[in-house]
Amino acid sequence: MADASAKQVLFEPIFSNNPIALQILGICSALAVTTSMNVTLVMCAAVIAVTAFSNLAVSLVRTQIPGSIRIIVQMTIIASLVIVVDQVLKAYAYEISKQLSVFVGLIITNCIVMGRAEGFAMKNGPWLSFLDGVGNGLGYSVLLIFVAFFRELLGAGSLFGVSLMPVVNEGGWYIPNGLLLLPPSAFFIIGLAIWGLRTWKPEQVEEPDFKMSRHTVKEAF
Amino acid sequence: MAKAKETVSRTLMVALVLSIAFSVVVSTAAVMLRPAQVKNQNLDIRSNMLAAAGMLEQGASADEIEEMFSRFSVRLVDLDTGEYVEPSSVGVEDPMKYDMYKASSDPEMSTNILSAADKAGIKRRPNVAKVFTLEENGELVRVVLPIHGYGLWSTLYGFVSLEGDANTIEGLGFYDHAETPGLGGEVDNPRWKRQWVGKKVYDDEFEEPQIRLVKGGVSSDAANKEHKVDALSGATLTSRGVENLVNYWMGDQGFEPYLKKLREGEV
Repeated sequence: MADASAKQVLFEPIFSNNPIALQILGICSALAVTTSMNVTLVMCAAVIAVTAFSNLAVSLVRTQIPGSIRIIVQMTIIASLVIVVDQVLKAYAYEISKQLSVFVGLIITNCIVMGRAEGFAMKNGPWLSFLDGVGNGLGYSVLLIFVAFFRELLGAGSLFGVSLMPVVNEGGWYIPNGLLLLPPSAFFIIGLAIWGLRTWKPEQVEEPDFKMSRHTVKEAF
Repeated sequence: MAKAKETVSRTLMVALVLSIAFSVVVSTAAVMLRPAQVKNQNLDIRSNMLAAAGMLEQGASADEIEEMFSRFSVRLVDLDTGEYVEPSSVGVEDPMKYDMYKASSDPEMSTNILSAADKAGIKRRPNVAKVFTLEENGELVRVVLPIHGYGLWSTLYGFVSLEGDANTIEGLGFYDHAETPGLGGEVDNPRWKRQWVGKKVYDDEFEEPQIRLVKGGVSSDAANKEHKVDALSGATLTSRGVENLVNYWMGDQGFEPYLKKLREGEV
């Protein structure tokens, strides 16, 4: 991967190597913060900022980090960045930060951030690592926005909090699908998204772990 | 090169330098953003209170909220006696700074509720509550009281606003809860909240709070309809929780002694 071009590093993770759809990382927050578009967009921006700058910082000090403490060093960098992001949100986007609540803090445990720091930033230069962080953040965002679009539209009849299909409870005609406001619905949407993506890009389909043997019929007589 | 970086002293050095560098980054951010955060938190409390009182319009600016809030007086009430107390008795200078929810976990500032009487499911009740009163020409026109209690999944925190007669509800709303979206979460629905307007907490005897959440809607010829509110469909337990917590806080362990004094003009 050392000779990867900037463009590849930035755009590959969006569809070809999507962290959620292909690597199946970061599912937890994808379930929790996708009930409305506003909240999702802020969460995406926060994750992009953290992956990009943690990759940058890890890459800058990568030659200095002793192997024995490298994970804890990455953790320190990521945790510090997450705290800074959390503080900024509390100061400038208070309403949304209240809705995101613990999930901003939980970016620390988002496997994408740590995975990219260990898997890419430790081996590549600062600029490429930064782009890789942005790219993976974008890949995460694309899938989250896809999920949030359906959850908010069908679950609450609105997008970005603007009512598009007036719901019955407020005197309209649309009976919202309550399931879509609950976390399990995100699993269904992510599952369908992965199916769609792998139909479009068949090379992402994994080899089955085992093959079922053929069904044989024995004649009784 | 590779060997030099694995020595113990080198490892400690890197750990130390990184820790210092990042603590500086984190503390700088925390200190610099503090004023903006405090401002947001204050604004949040104020707009919650005003929204529950039904006085906040959608998209009101920070200045409008401040202006509207400044018309209210913030007072501390001893729940047992129903009388106002000085802020210094709970150790604060400004009554706004008193946090009754923090006080409920302090054994010296709160009382244990016997489980038989704990209708709201809150286990402890602070001794002193923070209320907001609005007076016009020396006459009480509105009093906003904090309420909280357990629903289905979560504790609901909100306010109920009463008219000057300390009996007629002017608005009720919750600003913090985690009930099921679309079912119990409909406690936030403006249409549902609007039903509360004009309901009476007490009957003519003024003894027990009479609020009931009933299934199937409240028809115009229902008996005691001034005490009844349509329950949330598909959310029996949240509705029951709301009924219990409103009745708890309007009852003799809650604000009843205070409201009685308000009605009789004693405070």
